[in-house]
Parts: sequence; structure tokens; C-alpha cells
Amino acid sequence: MSGWWEFGFALLIWPGLIGGAALGWLLVWVQRKLAARLQGRIGPPFYQPFFDFVKLLGKEAVVPGGVNQRLLYALPLISAAAAVCALGLIPVPGNPMPSFAGDLIVLLYLLEMPALCEVLAGYSSRSLYGQVGSSREAILWLAYNLPFLAAVLSLAIQAKSLTLAAIAAVPLGPVHLAAVAAFLFSLPGHLKRNPFSIPNAEQEIVAGPFTEYSGVPLACFELSHGLELVALVGLFAVLFLPVGRTAIGWLVYLVGSGALVALITYVATATARLTVRHAFRFYWSWGACAAILALVMAGVW
Amino acid sequence: MNIFEGLLSVARRKSPWVYCLNAGSCNGCDIEIAAAISPRYDPEQIGTLRQGSPKHADILLVTGPLTLRTQDALLDIWGQIPRPKSVVAIGSCPASGNVFAGSPTVVGSLERVIPVDVYVPGCPPRPQAILQGCIQAARLLAERRTRDQLAIREGGR
Repeated sequence: MSGWWEFGFALLIWPGLIGGAALGWLLVWVQRKLAARLQGRIGPPFYQPFFDFVKLLGKEAVVPGGVNQRLLYALPLISAAAAVCALGLIPVPGNPMPSFAGDLIVLLYLLEMPALCEVLAGYSSRSLYGQVGSSREAILWLAYNLPFLAAVLSLAIQAKSLTLAAIAAVPLGPVHLAAVAAFLFSLPGHLKRNPFSIPNAEQEIVAGPFTEYSGVPLACFELSHGLELVALVGLFAVLFLPVGRTAIGWLVYLVGSGALVALITYVATATARLTVRHAFRFYWSWGACAAILALVMAGVW
Repeated sequence: MNIFEGLLSVARRKSPWVYCLNAGSCNGCDIEIAAAISPRYDPEQIGTLRQGSPKHADILLVTGPLTLRTQDALLDIWGQIPRPKSVVAIGSCPASGNVFAGSPTVVGSLERVIPVDVYVPGCPPRPQAILQGCIQAARLLAERRTRDQLAIREGGR
């Protein structure tokens, strides 16, 4: 029974709930601070995302009339729990959970759960803004997943394995170059940052799917956003950076995460929001090019 | 007061999200609010974010002399803000009616409709004064002394 503490540690402490939430708040702060500096502002202090979360926990949760109360609470909890489980599977430095055959498939399913919960949250909140946000989210979901899945699958084809540890152990090569392009294309859409902040476009549709959410459910959604950010950035670091192969894996992981978040923030600050039609066209033309290139190269090499 | 209560108190002081409502204002105060959330004054330093949904807000910023036509909308939006909440009246109009006082189309003081915690005087007030009002309202929220919180504690409402 020695395996139990490893699962418990990975899910609850690092890289799961506690460590993931702390790193998530730190990365969210990096995003907000860097965006503020690029706009000529001072920006929030580093504890801001944490206090925002605590404050939301202490607010009243308003249940809109005609909305199923259990659904209202369950969706953000499922979203956060799926993000925690996804984090526990990623072999970042210090993760004691052993890799098992097929954990890549489990991870990809878990990474889709927050977006699915968001879509359902918007549709079930009986808000017009929420429904518009959800339909945009669902369309964008079809768009950004093409390069995202192709990037991950091309690496899996190259490694001839569906185990994350085996995929991460493949030496960096030309396939990684094509896959990293597809992965980076998909990332701003996945995180709903500019130019793909279409589902939560705050100047157009209030707060998108979360318009009717308040208090603890909203806090859970904010938490699951932070955890999702850590999971995607961690997946990037594990797949494309020599995290597991060097003695300074921790340093490479943390610096790589910070640099990737800075890149996403820079792009988000420098661009304006696209319409959902243009975003879809971008992903199914340029994203598809990168995806096909990665898959073909994985087949050839 | 246990640890979470203490932490919550600090969090309420550090993270006041605002919702702006124009209740028949001449737009002067709204322009000053726009200036207050601009990079020059950067309210994100004190944790203030402008929210589009009243359900995400802690503080309601009201401008204008509260016309008869906006009264119901004001009550509706105030009711949608989850507790604890506070109200900051921006400018002279919500305080006294200003030059519109006595007009048959305005209610007059905001006080007649919802409990106001902080008045920011001026016609219009400066952006610094608006931010100061937000800080004061956030401090009242942290100390559980907004008029809405006091009314609940006294068993009213």
C-alpha cells in the first residue's frame, strides 16, 4: 500500500491542490502585473489573486431564480477537481506519482473538463450573456483543440507511447519544433487570453458564462482557472523543455513557466480581440498547418 | 475572531471590486470615474477592479441625482449585489440633488432609496477623491460596519 501516499501527495500538496493553487496565484499575478507594466500602470501587489479568492469565499452566493442550485455549485467544483487531477498526472519536478500506461489520454480528458463545465455553467445560468459566452466558448473549443491535440499526439506518435513519462523522455528533435508551434498557437485560446478572449469578452458580454455567478462558486471557477494555467504551462514545460533530464529541473521548470506566461501576456496586451469567426479561421488555417506539419513529421521521423 | 475571519477581513480591504451606475448623471462624474480607472491613477494598486456584472461587485458607485426613471433600476442592481456590499455616492447630486434639487423628475437624495456608506463630494470630484472613497468603503466592509451589514446585525431588513 505504499502507493497511496504518493497519490495523496501528488493530488493534494504538489503539484496538486495546495502547490498548484499557490503557483497558479503567482502566475496569475505575473500576468496582471506584466500587463499593467506594459500599459504604463503600477499593477497589483503579489498577494492580489489570493485575496480576491478569499474575498469571494466570504461573499454571499446568489442563486438566480429558476437555476438548479446543486448544478450551480457542482459545475465549478467539478471544474476545479478535474484541474487538480490533471495537475497530479503531469510529471513536473517533485511529482511523486508514477506514470502509468495511457495517462496521456486521462490527462487530455481532464484538461477538457474546465472548458466543458464553463459551457454548461453559462447555458444553465439562464443569463443571455452567459448563453452567448457559452456558445462562443464551445465554438472556440472546437478551434483551439485542433492544434493542441495534434501537438500532443505528434509527440506520442514519435515516442510510440501514450505514457507521459516516456513522451517527456524523448530527446528534443525536429518534431518538437513543429509541435511547439501548434501548442503555442492553441495556448491563448485555451486560456481565453487576447486575441482569443472571446467567450469572456468583458466589454461586450459582461463576464460571459460567469455573469450570474457570485461567492463560493465564482471563487471555485477562479481557482480552476489558476490551476488550468499551471497544468497547461506544466504540460508545456514537461513536453518541450528538458525538465526531467537535467539536475536543475526545478529551475528550468519555474523559469520556463514564467517565460511562457510572460509571452502569453505580451501577446495578450499587444493584440485586440478577434471575432469568433476570425479566431476559428485562424485555428483551422494556420493552426491546421502547424498540426499537419507536426503529425507528418512525427510519421516520417 | 478565528483565522479565516481575520483573513477575510484583510481580503475585503484589499480587493474591493466596483460596479458603476449612472442614475441620471450629467456624465461629468462618469468621466472622472473613467479617469480614476485609467493608467494614470491605476486602481488595481489597491485591488479595485471595475466589474461588468453587479454579482461580482462589492461596492456600488452611484452618480447622478437619481431620476424617477432610474429609481427601479438602481434598486434592482443594488439587490443583485451579493452581501456584504457598500454604496459610494459620487458627486454632489446623489447627496443633495445639487442643481436639480426640487425638480419634479428627480428623487433627490440617494439616501431615500438605499443606504449610502460614503459620500464623495464635488461637482465633479477629482479621481483621487473617488479612489479615496473606494478605500474608505473597503475599510468599512472589512470592519463589518457598512450600513447594510449593521442593519442585518440589528435584525432589520
